[in-house]
Amino acid sequence: MNRTRNLLKKIGWALFTILFVIILNFFLFRVLPGDPARAGIRDPRLKKEAIEMLRIRFGLDKPVINCFESLNPIELGSCTVNPLDTQFFIYIRNLLQGELGVSYHTNRPVTDILTERLWNTVLLIGAGQILSILIGVIFGVFAAWKARTTIDHAAVITSLFAWSLPTFWLGIILLFWGSSQGLPLAGKATPGASSLPLLQQWGDIIRHMFLPTLTYTIIYMAEYTLIMRSSLMDVLSEDYILTAKAKGLSTFQILKDHALKNAMLPLVTVIAINLGFTVAGAIQIEAVFSWPGLGGAIFEAVGRRDFPVLQGAFLLIAVAVIFANLIADLTYNYLDPRVQTE
Amino acid sequence: MSKDNFLEVRGLKKYFDADRPSFFSREPRYVHAVDGIDFQLRHSEVIALVGESGCGKSTLALLLMGLEEPTEGAILFEGRDITHLNDNERKGLRRKIQMIFQDPYESLNPTQTIEEIINEPLVVHGIGNNKNERDERVKKAMEDSGLKPAEVYLQRFPHELSGGQRQRVVIAAALVLEPEILLADEPVSMLDVSIRAEIINLLAELRITRQIAVIFITHDLGSVGFFADRVAVMYLGRIVEIGTMLEVLEKPQHPYTKALISVIPVPNPRLRHERIILQGETPNPIDLPSGCRFHPRCPLAMATCKASDPPFITLSKTHQAACLLLVK
Repeated sequence: MNRTRNLLKKIGWALFTILFVIILNFFLFRVLPGDPARAGIRDPRLKKEAIEMLRIRFGLDKPVINCFESLNPIELGSCTVNPLDTQFFIYIRNLLQGELGVSYHTNRPVTDILTERLWNTVLLIGAGQILSILIGVIFGVFAAWKARTTIDHAAVITSLFAWSLPTFWLGIILLFWGSSQGLPLAGKATPGASSLPLLQQWGDIIRHMFLPTLTYTIIYMAEYTLIMRSSLMDVLSEDYILTAKAKGLSTFQILKDHALKNAMLPLVTVIAINLGFTVAGAIQIEAVFSWPGLGGAIFEAVGRRDFPVLQGAFLLIAVAVIFANLIADLTYNYLDPRVQTE
Repeated sequence: MSKDNFLEVRGLKKYFDADRPSFFSREPRYVHAVDGIDFQLRHSEVIALVGESGCGKSTLALLLMGLEEPTEGAILFEGRDITHLNDNERKGLRRKIQMIFQDPYESLNPTQTIEEIINEPLVVHGIGNNKNERDERVKKAMEDSGLKPAEVYLQRFPHELSGGQRQRVVIAAALVLEPEILLADEPVSMLDVSIRAEIINLLAELRITRQIAVIFITHDLGSVGFFADRVAVMYLGRIVEIGTMLEVLEKPQHPYTKALISVIPVPNPRLRHERIILQGETPNPIDLPSGCRFHPRCPLAMATCKASDPPFITLSKTHQAACLLLVK
């Protein structure tokens, strides 16, 4: 009973946050300087009528909200305008129908662009996350177990070093290395690979994924190693670990039954939040390796002032992060019995 | 097996490495946590180890449990040397010597239910042929520890219990292995005063019903009064006086014991007696005072106390104290 109410409360808060993000997201892009209709098509010879046509096509001729013609610069409009005929209302209405607008640059629906890019990102970042979690946690456990020995010092120094590397720099260095190894350097597939049999197509994709995934894993693995190590060392100094030892449990049993479950708690939060950002993609990595993911899409859209794409991508990321946090909350409930009563 | 050397401690020492005073100093320095302790524990005897915080009581407990390796000396259990054992030999011994830790808020794993906590030692040691048998043992240990009826508590988590109940869980988890020696390291110091008596009564009861020997470590002389057979008073890593409870409490010989006893609160406010308030702080266990280690704070210190370390003086068959005033 109490648990269901807690769950509903948390879901309610998540929905409320999403609503807030939608509204903020809309106004954020409306106060940005510059005229999107001009930015999209950079041709000074464009006639006034043509620009007006573009404005109509993208719905920019309508007032932003009732009483406001535009938010940048603020131009007051007529307050007698039908509220249903404003950009804000149309945006919300389209959103409810799953429409995110049309890209200024490519004229394609934003929903299509994002879905296509999203899967590429999930593929790349998902693989990177899984690898870095696995390797990082194992390294962290090992470092904490052998705390203050040479192994531990080596793990900490390596992790700190890896974590401090600038992502794009590591990416470029690996690009140089990869080119000498004959690895593909850019994109997701070799042109024309789609005519190959499925198995070879996947082999080609994995070869393309290798370098960006490696970059991602090196940097994020370090984060997980450090968090896991410090969390496990905290737990290992707890009295109940000494109790377990006095009961006669072996070191392995203590680690497995007592320490890990408690030490995982802080890690769950970090993993969940990072998984949320998986959707955002690693913008730097995708840019360096020309990976056709969401991060790359954001990078390109910023350059082109393609606001509908940015707006859609931001919303998607926000929803993913909120959702991941909700899942972290619920996992916590399961992992730590103390949370339930609060 | 002689009755007298059920558990025997001989010249036990534990030094911890201390930080060097400066980067350039060569000499390693040590914290003399336990510095030469001898005593014997008899079958189903309760011995109280009393001393200020920092006198090495808890280190002694960890040494006896084999959770720390002693620097020097030996621990004998039933005549067998158990000072240095490998993991397997140690495991067999753990069944017989169990420990209750000081803080029941810290010594229980927050993610385990009470049943899991108490059942775990049985699984680890392979006791009980099936689940039913283990359940019976768990329930018996719980009820002996005052968690009645056991069913109410089985599925709860530690955070749902009070401090006293948690300490009973800790005791039940120790009892379930049916140990012969119970080491209690300040088992009541973290509990409310109203619950302390209950837990001490419980330990006194267990000693009678289960014939368990108890080593009761405390800084509070007042709480040992009514159930310890013998009392050992520790100061800076050493026992300074040991004797039966009556001998130590009624006729203390060492000035330190006298001071400790003089400050035990007496319920009757009309009964005023002189209190001996010790001057100064406990000396640093890294740089021990010369001679008698109590001399800087001793109200009766003589010139010779600075120079020579007092030997143990036998006052009666059971009563000994280390003080130069007693040398005749």
